[in-house]
Amino acid sequence: MSADTPAEAGPGSPSNGPGPRGSGPRGAAPRGANPAVDGAKLVRERRLNNAKKNWALFRSDVPALIGAVVLLFFVVIAVAAPLIAPATMLDVTKQLDVPRYAPPSLDHPLGTDDLGREMWVRILWGARVSILVGVAATVMSMVIGTIMGLAAGHFTGLFGGIIMRLIDFFIVLPSLLLAIVLSSVLERGVFTIVVAIGLTSWASTARIVRSQTLSVESRLYIERARILGAGHRHILFRHLLPAVMPLVLANTTLTVGGAIIAESTLSFLGLGDTSKESWGTILKNSMDVSAATSGYWWYVLTPGIAILLVVLAFTMVGRAFEAIINPALRSR
Amino acid sequence: MSTPTHDPHPEDRRTPGTGSANPGTDPADPTSPGSDPAGQGPASARDSADAPGAVDADEPPAGGSFARYFLRKLGGAATSMILVIVLGFFAFRMLPGDPVLKIAKERPMSPAQIAELRSQYGLDKPVIVQFWDYLVGIVTGDLGESYVYRKSVSALIGEYLGPTLLLTGTAAVIAIVLGLWLGQISAWRRNSLFDKLASSTSLIFWSVPTFWLGLILLMIFGGTLQWLPTGGMITPGLDPWSFAGIIDVITHLILPVVSLVAVVYAQFLMIMRASLLEEMNEDYLTTARAKGLTEDEVRRKHAVPNALLPTVTVVFLHIGGLIAGAVTVEAVFSWPGLGKLTFEAIRGPDLPLLQGTFVVFSAIIIVMNLAADIVYRFLDPRVRRA
Repeated sequence: MSADTPAEAGPGSPSNGPGPRGSGPRGAAPRGANPAVDGAKLVRERRLNNAKKNWALFRSDVPALIGAVVLLFFVVIAVAAPLIAPATMLDVTKQLDVPRYAPPSLDHPLGTDDLGREMWVRILWGARVSILVGVAATVMSMVIGTIMGLAAGHFTGLFGGIIMRLIDFFIVLPSLLLAIVLSSVLERGVFTIVVAIGLTSWASTARIVRSQTLSVESRLYIERARILGAGHRHILFRHLLPAVMPLVLANTTLTVGGAIIAESTLSFLGLGDTSKESWGTILKNSMDVSAATSGYWWYVLTPGIAILLVVLAFTMVGRAFEAIINPALRSR
Repeated sequence: MSTPTHDPHPEDRRTPGTGSANPGTDPADPTSPGSDPAGQGPASARDSADAPGAVDADEPPAGGSFARYFLRKLGGAATSMILVIVLGFFAFRMLPGDPVLKIAKERPMSPAQIAELRSQYGLDKPVIVQFWDYLVGIVTGDLGESYVYRKSVSALIGEYLGPTLLLTGTAAVIAIVLGLWLGQISAWRRNSLFDKLASSTSLIFWSVPTFWLGLILLMIFGGTLQWLPTGGMITPGLDPWSFAGIIDVITHLILPVVSLVAVVYAQFLMIMRASLLEEMNEDYLTTARAKGLTEDEVRRKHAVPNALLPTVTVVFLHIGGLIAGAVTVEAVFSWPGLGKLTFEAIRGPDLPLLQGTFVVFSAIIIVMNLAADIVYRFLDPRVRRA
């Protein structure tokens, strides 16, 4: 890629106005609305075919299908938690007649905790926060990562250099360490956890986006757009962003797992919102009462297995997405 | 998040070096190593030797002595360290609001007492002066005083640093050896039962929080079977340098090390596997086979050394994840290290202590990365000759 062209085709360049429309990527064809050739229909057909092909690929991936079913299950129980198990079931004052530390049995399917609460109810409610935080933090991290990666790949010179340094910094330092710092100085709460994870975990996405941006930047159609007078904004949002998006989306699914683990770790360290159930909080409580060494195995096992299932499910689905987007991986 | 700890991206690992070997001095260089994810991109054609080994794409092929390479890496590390220090100041002094007011909220204090506390912590000075004091403190090794322990933070860290290095060092060595060894077998016998088993086990280990694995181990071997001690580093009263003392420390070390290794080796396995798979279609292996070498020799003498190169950098990058994992593992096993100190600082909350552990942890990780870059330079003749 020629590093110096953007300067010539800067946003202030007079040809910028008509340029974008004329030099639009092929994806913009439907907006052309040319009555002679029904471009819109062609594009729609091609997209439909692609979707069909991708769905067939996904369906042939058994682990991914299982993962999707597991995810669906957890999302449903998370959303329906208040209906299945009303919040009063978590109220400690209403559990006075329930045995403490009851091992799993027919009456108490997953056992009870140190305050007589049913483990299954806690897992149910915990799914809400854990999955919500996982997804929200991932979205945040993806947005930051995409912006930084695009900027690092597209802009050259001092600005790009500074962003690269910043990405390097966040790659080198473990995001958990930074997330601990952030969440310990900010007000405790679910939102803080989301911000702490989102703000610190974007670097690997940025790196992937950057390398994809670099490879797209060197293609001829970008050169063409530039020569036709496209500015930074046009190239970034009309050409580069669509080109990196599939990769980002596949990465999103893979990243949610990491974010869920990060949430559980932060909650376990006591940095979460103690008033809200999350799988990490349950594990923290289990350690507070030394459940592991006192033989209350269900207290330790159930939240961890929930985490394991959801993270595995996200990973399986993410891998399938990735294989669809990146055929080179399929042989692996 | 791909927390470095949890990076599910095997193919992202085919891009060794983007992290640390590419310090971004030339972000425009499209020959960024192998990570062209869709495999297209005329850009990579420019990089004639685009085997993953040739990672240092922004390294001019000729020119740049070792001193220059070293200085550049050192500069990068220094920049990171400065960022850590600045971040440490703003995160702990600016974000949380007035720590004295927080303390005052917890116990009744007279305005005079508050004012005194303020001057004690230097909070009555302008921010810029506070920042300067903080910088001077860091340079002279004075990280302030812990609210909880009522001791100097640097003294506390000095006291707890050894056990952490022992724990993470042991875990790192075992995880690297195990991961690389299993990874190469896995790749070599791709799609065999061994490969599937190894890959799925590592996937499962990757999908659990480190501390949970620790809790499970604690439950089985410490609680139920009572084979191993449940916490601490040494039975009180034993001399750590006697024979019995060393054995005792080792028994205390087993569970925390296993939990750390379990989560991290899996990543090393996947990196090594991906990296060796990359090498497996190379022509030089066919040549080696044609020479009449056994499969085993081809693997050991030809494929693995080449696959190791890109792995080294990535492995060192993941050491950071190991250290982050140590925080929770030390909390679970009451291992008297920096992680436990961090855990207690969070509980406090003891911000000066937390700030100190953050700066020290970060410094360790940055130094490890610098070491990785330098080791890499010596390992890869292509970079060395350059």
